[in-house]
Amino acid sequence: MSDSAYTLAELLVCAGSEAWRGDGEVLATGIGLLPRLAASLAMLSSSPDLMMTDSEAYLLSEPNPVGGRGADFRPKFETWMGFSRIFDNVWGGKRHAMVGPTQIDRFGQANISCIGDPAKPKAQMLGVRGFPGNSISHANSFFVPSHNTRVFKAGECDMVCSIGYNPARLPKGYSLDEVDIRLVVTDLCVMDFGGPDHQIRLRSLHPGITVEKVQENTSFPVFVPDDVVTTPAPTEAQLAIIRRMDPHNLRARELKDNPPGDRR
Amino acid sequence: MDKTMSAAAVVGRLESGMTIGIGGWGPRRKPMALVREILRSDLKDLTVVAYGGADVGMLCAAGKIRKLVFAFVSLDFIPLEPYFRLARQAGSIETMEIDEGMFLLGLRAAAQRLPFLPTRVGLGTDVLARNPQIKTIVSPYADGRELVAMPALDLDAALLHVERADARGVCQVSGPDHYMDDVMARAAKQTFVSCDELVDSSFFADPARAREVFWERSETTGVVHIPGGAHPSSCSPMYGFDTAHFKTYAASAGEENGWQAYMETFVAGGEAHYQQQVGGLDAIRALPLPTY
Repeated sequence: MSDSAYTLAELLVCAGSEAWRGDGEVLATGIGLLPRLAASLAMLSSSPDLMMTDSEAYLLSEPNPVGGRGADFRPKFETWMGFSRIFDNVWGGKRHAMVGPTQIDRFGQANISCIGDPAKPKAQMLGVRGFPGNSISHANSFFVPSHNTRVFKAGECDMVCSIGYNPARLPKGYSLDEVDIRLVVTDLCVMDFGGPDHQIRLRSLHPGITVEKVQENTSFPVFVPDDVVTTPAPTEAQLAIIRRMDPHNLRARELKDNPPGDRR
Repeated sequence: MDKTMSAAAVVGRLESGMTIGIGGWGPRRKPMALVREILRSDLKDLTVVAYGGADVGMLCAAGKIRKLVFAFVSLDFIPLEPYFRLARQAGSIETMEIDEGMFLLGLRAAAQRLPFLPTRVGLGTDVLARNPQIKTIVSPYADGRELVAMPALDLDAALLHVERADARGVCQVSGPDHYMDDVMARAAKQTFVSCDELVDSSFFADPARAREVFWERSETTGVVHIPGGAHPSSCSPMYGFDTAHFKTYAASAGEENGWQAYMETFVAGGEAHYQQQVGGLDAIRALPLPTY
C-alpha cells in the first residue's frame, strides 16, 4: 500500500495518536475502535510510556490487537485494573481519554446521555457514563467520525455531561485553565480549544478539506490561525503498526463507505 | 449457619417501594435469575440502583421501576438498551442520572454510614442541574473550593451473582473483575447472592481462593444456588454473555407486544422452563467469553 492509498480511517488513527504525544506515564483510553487504535499506535510509536487496559480488567504492557485473536494469543498483562481501580486512576488525574461525544458545544462541553429534554428525551443514549468525572479529573480528547452541525451544535449541549470552558458553569474556587481538553479529531480536521478565550481552533485540515467546509459544518465560529497545516499522511511505519493492531481490517467498517484519506 | 434460600424466598423479603441495588456491570455478571423472579412477582414502585444492563431494561419493560439511579444502561455490544430507551423516551420513570464514579462514592458513603462523600465529580455539568437534591459544599480548609456532596446511596437490598458461595455466604469472584459488588453488599441492609455453584466451606481454605473473596460473610444475608443464574449476562470465567439471546431480547422491543411475548416465552414459566428455552445449562456454560 502506498501513501496515496491510505484510508480516512487510517488518517484519523494517526491524527488521533498525536493527542497522547508527550504524555508520559498516563492511562491512554480510546473509546471506540478508531480511538483505541489511535491510543495503541501512540503507545507503540511516539509515546511508549503510556499505559493501556485490555478494555476489561488488566493493564497490558503491549496493546491487544482488536477483533478475534486466536486461541494461542496471550495478552501481555502487567497490572490488575478492575473498574473500581479505574476510578482511583481517574481521580488521581494520570489518564488521557479520547471519547466520542454525540454533541459538543462551543465551550467544549460534551453529551453522550440523550438528545432533547432530559426529562423526556427524544432519543435516549447511554447516560452520562464517566464524562463528569473524566472531564474534571484528567485530559480528554474528542473523536468525531462525522463532523456536522448536529454534533457541533449551537447553544449548549442538551445534557452537559462534561465540564468545559464555560465561565457560567465554573465552580467556586476553580479556574478555566484547569479544564484540559486536548485534541478534537474529526473526519474533516483536527482542532483544539486553544483560540482566544478557549475558543475552538483549527489546527490542521485533512487533505482536500477547506476551512469553509469546516466552518459550514460547525454551528459556532471556529478560530482559524495563520498556521493551519494539512494533516500529515500516515507513514509506512504507522500503517504497519495499524495493520498489526487491526489484522481483520475492522477499521474499514468504521466510516461510511470507507473513504480515502486524501480527498483532493 | 445456613443462609441458603430460594429465589422466591428472596423476593419474599423484598417489598414494593424498596431501593434495590443490582450488582454486575452492563451485560456482565448480573443476578438475572433473581431479576426474573422479580418480574414474576407483584413487586412494584422500586428504586433501582445499577450499572445497568438488561436487568434494568427488563424491570423497565415490566413496569417495576418508579425511579432509576444510573450512570448508563448498556448491553455493550448493543450499546443502547432497548427497553430502557423506551421507558426514558416515554418519560415513564423518574431518574437520578449520575457519573459512574459518583455512583461508587454514593455506595461507599452508604457503606461507611456517612451522609455523603465529597468529590469534584459532577461540577460544571447538568448532573447537578438535573439533580437538585445533590448539594455542593465548600471545603472547610484553606483551598475554599466548591465540592459535590455525593449523597449516600442507601440500599434496602442488594442482589448479586457470583461463581461460587458456601452456605454461610462466603462468595468467590475469580473472574476478572468484582465490579462494585463489594461496595454494594456493604451499602445494603440485606444482600442476596445467587451463585453458579454452592461449595463446601473448605473450598476457601486455599489462600488463593480466599483472595477471591471481596466482602465478609457478615455482608451476605442469603445465598441462592442457581446454576447459570447470570444468563443472559456473563459469569466469567464460567460463561460469556449470550449475544444471540440479547439480540432476540433487543428485537422484541421493536415488535408489537414484544415484551409480553418475551415474558411468556422465557420468563413466566419459571427458571427451569427459562433454562430449557435458552438451550439448557450445558449450552449456557458453553457460551464463549467475549473478546474486548
